[in-house]
Amino acid sequence: MIGATINEHPDRLEGPSPATQVALDMAKRSVFLLPLVILFGAALDGTEGALSVAYALAIVVINFVLAAFVIGRAAQISFALVFGAALGGFAFRLGLIFLAILAVAGQEWVRIVPMGITLIVTHLGLLVWELRYVSASMAYPGLKPKEHRQGVREPVRS
Amino acid sequence: MSAIASAASQAIELAVEATADEQKANAAASSAGFAYGLAAIGPGIGIGYLVGQSVQAMARQPEAAGMVRTTMFLGIAFVEALALIGFVVFFLAQA
Repeated sequence: MIGATINEHPDRLEGPSPATQVALDMAKRSVFLLPLVILFGAALDGTEGALSVAYALAIVVINFVLAAFVIGRAAQISFALVFGAALGGFAFRLGLIFLAILAVAGQEWVRIVPMGITLIVTHLGLLVWELRYVSASMAYPGLKPKEHRQGVREPVRS
Repeated sequence: MSAIASAASQAIELAVEATADEQKANAAASSAGFAYGLAAIGPGIGIGYLVGQSVQAMARQPEAAGMVRTTMFLGIAFVEALALIGFVVFFLAQA
């Protein structure tokens, strides 16, 4: 089982975080999405548009990974910390996104419209895409197990 | 004398126009900020409710904590899209 296992401390989790596993899988999928997004940006605004959408996609992916890492780390410390980490992390990450865009807003290569569209569409698109691969069952709390051609499941990792 | 008066009136008109433009820009900026603030309220409430319920679920059934955490993460990401939309609108309104 890839997900966390319960130990003798019921107030926290041990083992790898399934949320981090899901976020890293989304980062992997974003690599496949990148050429498509760059083509879209180039079609809208040339090289500047392509650079802007690539920057926006990087923001989305870093946002997902950071969110999963913060929640996973908080749950390994204490369940009580998850609430603060999730809400504080939300405000913190919004601030980070704001700063990341504000830092480049005046640059010549930045096109706000393709960047904004990419932020929203890739955020939702990656999530919906990932939902197909999320198991969220007690046996496999993260991703669904990969099935071999013969239909045999991968050996379970503890 | 009349030339001076007309020049002065032109200068006053320009100053009034500049002030009106500045006022418009200030109003646009403050409206964009206000809209962004409003857009962040809903996701804040949503995430608070979502995480509260998730923590309760983890406390009631610790063996399902991994599954709950994955679902919570995805839920947070979906709710956060609303805040991102408000954020993008903020930048577009300023552009």
